[in-house]
Amino acid sequence: MNIQDAQIGLGGIQFFGKMAASISHEIKNVLAIINENAGLLEDICFMAERGRPIDPARLKKLSGSVKDQIRRADHIMTSMNRFAHSVDEASVSIDVSEVAELLVSLSARFIAMRGVVLAVGKPAGPVAITTFPFALLNLLWLCLDYAMAVVGPGKTIELFAEKTGDGAWFRFGKLEDMAADAAPLFPAERETALGQALHAQILRDPVASEIRVFLAQSRDA
Amino acid sequence: MTEKVLIVDDEKGFLDVLAERMQSRGMEVTTATSAKEALQKLEVETFDAIVLDLMMPEMGGIEALQRIKEKNPDSEVILLTGQPSVSKGVEAMKLGASDFLIKPADINELTEKIKLAKAHRMILVEKKTAKKMKDILRTKGW
Repeated sequence: MNIQDAQIGLGGIQFFGKMAASISHEIKNVLAIINENAGLLEDICFMAERGRPIDPARLKKLSGSVKDQIRRADHIMTSMNRFAHSVDEASVSIDVSEVAELLVSLSARFIAMRGVVLAVGKPAGPVAITTFPFALLNLLWLCLDYAMAVVGPGKTIELFAEKTGDGAWFRFGKLEDMAADAAPLFPAERETALGQALHAQILRDPVASEIRVFLAQSRDA
Repeated sequence: MTEKVLIVDDEKGFLDVLAERMQSRGMEVTTATSAKEALQKLEVETFDAIVLDLMMPEMGGIEALQRIKEKNPDSEVILLTGQPSVSKGVEAMKLGASDFLIKPADINELTEKIKLAKAHRMILVEKKTAKKMKDILRTKGW
């Protein structure tokens, strides 16, 4: 499989669709909260017209709540924008912390739905790798999806992006139930194909209870 | 007569404001931030309508709906969701949901649906009571 296949393949489109659906759901939730706050303001005005005094503290609280939701929506849309641009170039230099941050942001709802906590560790300084960001995000999402299935009762996944030799690791750790997964379906065909396209190594290590994805600092597209 | 409503949603910012607005419209409102908490409240209390979010952590709205209906088939459940999916809506209706609303929803529409749900529940309860009375009269032979 070449990089173009990884980019255009059905799996890539499904990944893009899954993330877009999750983001639109999040935005809908934000709009619902803003809608209720606006409705409450209308209710307060309606009551004020009938002689009930307006409490400035109440209005301040409402305005603060709307601002919070605008900040939340801005963060969601910034991530969506970065994700949309991740398909622009098949080979670009990118910092691993940025990739990890974007993965966390895109996956936030899925992580919450499964009652999992994702503890993210970043390297001390910038670690640049040259890669195809969209395909890398897709691969890391598939790793995270499997990690959530084998996280175990602790329900906490550690995600570390770190420099190693001439490249970088993404490490999903504390996967307590991984050793008990007798017939692992990971890495499956899709992960293997993405790994090959990205020249990445995917290691499933039940002894250390972790998944590691190694990427060389530079690769030939 | 006041409508007794349980609203279930993991978005606390949404839940609190919606509850306040419904209370100011004369409803008696109880809230739960998870399906699990809602099921606990349903063990000890009955409601005219349950407004249930579809996407919640750990136990989603569809599973919660199934459990509510298993325990009390007469419950009136209105699904309120940010996920505008026809298939989910159809699935929910097949499982016995009374109605389905997409976020952001209009409070007047929601209020109307709650009143309808209450009226529907009262008819069901009255029918059941009438049937019970008939059975008693028939079997006791007074």
